[in-house]
Amino acid sequence: MNGLADDLCRALSPDRVRVSAAELSLYRRDASNFDGQTSVVCFPLSAAEVQAVVQLCIRHGVPYVARGSGTGLAGGATPLDGAVVISLAKMNRIISVDAETQRAWVEPGVLNLDLSRSVAHLGLHFAPDPSSQQSCSIGGNVANNAGGPHCLADGVTTAHVMAVQVVLPEGDIVVLGGEDPEPNGLDLRGAFIGSEGMFGIATKICVRLTQNAPGVRTMLLDFETVDAGAQTVSAIIADGMVPAALEMMDALCTRAVEDYIHAGLPIDAAAILLVEVTGLMHGLEDEVDRIVAIGKAHGARTVRIAQDEAERALLWKGRKTAFGAIARIKPNYYLHDTVVPRRALPSVLRQVYEIAQQHDLLVMNVFHAGDGNLHPLLVFDKREPGVMERVHAAGAAIVAASIAAGGVLSGEHGIGLEKRDFMPLMFGPADLAAQALMRAAFDPTGLANPTKVLPSPAGCGDLQHVPEGAWI
Amino acid sequence: MDLSHFAQKIGSNDPVTIVGLGTRGGAVPGVRTVSAPVGIELIDAEDMVVVCGAATAVGDLQGALAQVGQFVALPDGGTVGGALALGRSSVRRLGDGPVRETLLQARFVGAQGQIVTAGGPTVKNVSGFDLCKLLVGSRGTLGFIAEVRLRTRPIAATSQWFSSTANPWQLQAALYRPVSILWNGETTWVLLEGHRADVAGQATQLGLVDAPGPPPLPTAHRWSLPPQQLLSMTTSLPGAPGFVAEIGVGIVHHSLPESPRDVIAGVQRLNQRLKDHFDPTGRLNPGVSAFDV
Repeated sequence: MNGLADDLCRALSPDRVRVSAAELSLYRRDASNFDGQTSVVCFPLSAAEVQAVVQLCIRHGVPYVARGSGTGLAGGATPLDGAVVISLAKMNRIISVDAETQRAWVEPGVLNLDLSRSVAHLGLHFAPDPSSQQSCSIGGNVANNAGGPHCLADGVTTAHVMAVQVVLPEGDIVVLGGEDPEPNGLDLRGAFIGSEGMFGIATKICVRLTQNAPGVRTMLLDFETVDAGAQTVSAIIADGMVPAALEMMDALCTRAVEDYIHAGLPIDAAAILLVEVTGLMHGLEDEVDRIVAIGKAHGARTVRIAQDEAERALLWKGRKTAFGAIARIKPNYYLHDTVVPRRALPSVLRQVYEIAQQHDLLVMNVFHAGDGNLHPLLVFDKREPGVMERVHAAGAAIVAASIAAGGVLSGEHGIGLEKRDFMPLMFGPADLAAQALMRAAFDPTGLANPTKVLPSPAGCGDLQHVPEGAWI
Repeated sequence: MDLSHFAQKIGSNDPVTIVGLGTRGGAVPGVRTVSAPVGIELIDAEDMVVVCGAATAVGDLQGALAQVGQFVALPDGGTVGGALALGRSSVRRLGDGPVRETLLQARFVGAQGQIVTAGGPTVKNVSGFDLCKLLVGSRGTLGFIAEVRLRTRPIAATSQWFSSTANPWQLQAALYRPVSILWNGETTWVLLEGHRADVAGQATQLGLVDAPGPPPLPTAHRWSLPPQQLLSMTTSLPGAPGFVAEIGVGIVHHSLPESPRDVIAGVQRLNQRLKDHFDPTGRLNPGVSAFDV
């Protein structure tokens, strides 16, 4: 391994190659609960340097893991078996912005919110807005096909990326997709987005920017039962509206957030809905009226409409800081990410509460209700003996309940290590074989972030299996 | 939908080609043909999804969806499977997005006759690798699409075409989320949708004139250009070849062929390797390539 580190020092520069135990320990995991182990961390500054690193990894036969900000929740950037960590954090330039065609080329380490802030004066923004948008990188968004509250109307990351410059696992640099709408050949861009670092490393990304809305209305509706809130979500969609965002928080979560930010949230409500509509004046007012009427028909106790930008920001702050607020209840949390058909929200939510109770755990729900994207949050204190076993058993039961209701394993966090062994719940052998063919075509070397996403044939039947080399 | 019969017909040995309504090129000549299942399996208006056989006519699907006030963002004509296999959007792409965003889940039959599920049933559909994206535009070279689940959208309260002599890029900057902006070098056509008063308000503000519909499109060739390159397309001279450009998108409907495009070797190799992995003997739509224009 020392040979590889020496070669990396020559290819980059010694100050951008780290091997000390203290530094390596910082990169042994992402924001998931999976710990791995890396032998060397390096910080390339250009596509050519990423290419040099990949070529050295090939020569030494050592696997590697690309890493953005390390905010991933599924273990996708956790290095296993001493894999080299290639941090793209220093490749963080916004290369160009074209206001006329609403495009920007960015390096992968650019932070999501930094991009939106930098184009705000042009009346534009980057639509995917994960709750971690202050710290997550665009490269990481591409790797996980990230979402966010405002992806309900505008779609997840894949809908906002035109082209990606990639260092392929065999070491060549190519552009997948293009700035033109119908590039020749297969949609390799689409295949690459969400491939969790297993199809190559993005070194430059062409994103589509979205026009800021001329008008916004943000509403908070509160309900006496979770069911009533969930049914309101379905009814709004069924009425032919696709709001810009449609988020839900349950009672426990609302109380934690209110204690944290003091936004005047109704702490006695069983569920609150945060609904945002955007557009031109008449359409906006019409949608607000219809949503209020639907909410009231489903038992909404009160409807609060943000009167100004400050109040709107406060309501959103409540939603986006929910995860920070939870630390006031228990020191640890495990955040899940499944999607169910919108009509199944009430029944799956009921099951989530039952599952938590069966495993003697607290659960809070704060999620993208509009697209059925659940984020059950199991909160616990990991110093309690045996609690992790219960957390994982409850998580497995929540995933199984979501799939049984016609849902999917992940909405926006990716599969990584976390959901890898759940894949057979959703896909049969022929389906998984087809996904494995994609991996084989992109990475014949098998060195790009191996053992993620696809279950090994031996591990298929064992849903509790934890990957070798990782510990939780 | 039971796909075993369709899978049996495709088999696993001899060359085979898929045929729909023949509107997008049709079957490969001289090769045994199969047709995908027809019929709408499910319209779930509340969840905004529809499930249908790939040989269902786009027109039939839109007709059924219109009864619940919804539509799918597919180009008119032919079958649903053909529209997806070709992956070409309609002139509404500026507002509706590309065809690939419409496909949530596909069940297709692979070269070994196996039935494969790609994507997922919910609106956030991808778990694992995004195989659906590879299928859209693959022209039946990786597998034959049998049944699909598509994202639907609400039909707007008002939908109106307008024309204008204003600069199309200035119109694009001034309008809020137009569904389409077409330009032939002289005249600009705009499709606006939404609340009636908002559509009328924007039209008045920008001096748009009601138009009966979009202009006729030159059908001979379809160019795909980075949108900024449209800026260099100048007003057509009298008698010059005609074009209609989709502003903000980059598609140009043209009477002349597009200049040949460079293909990067690495991209070509990946395309070929995917084909070789999915269809090692080249039996599916033999001779067809995703690079065909």
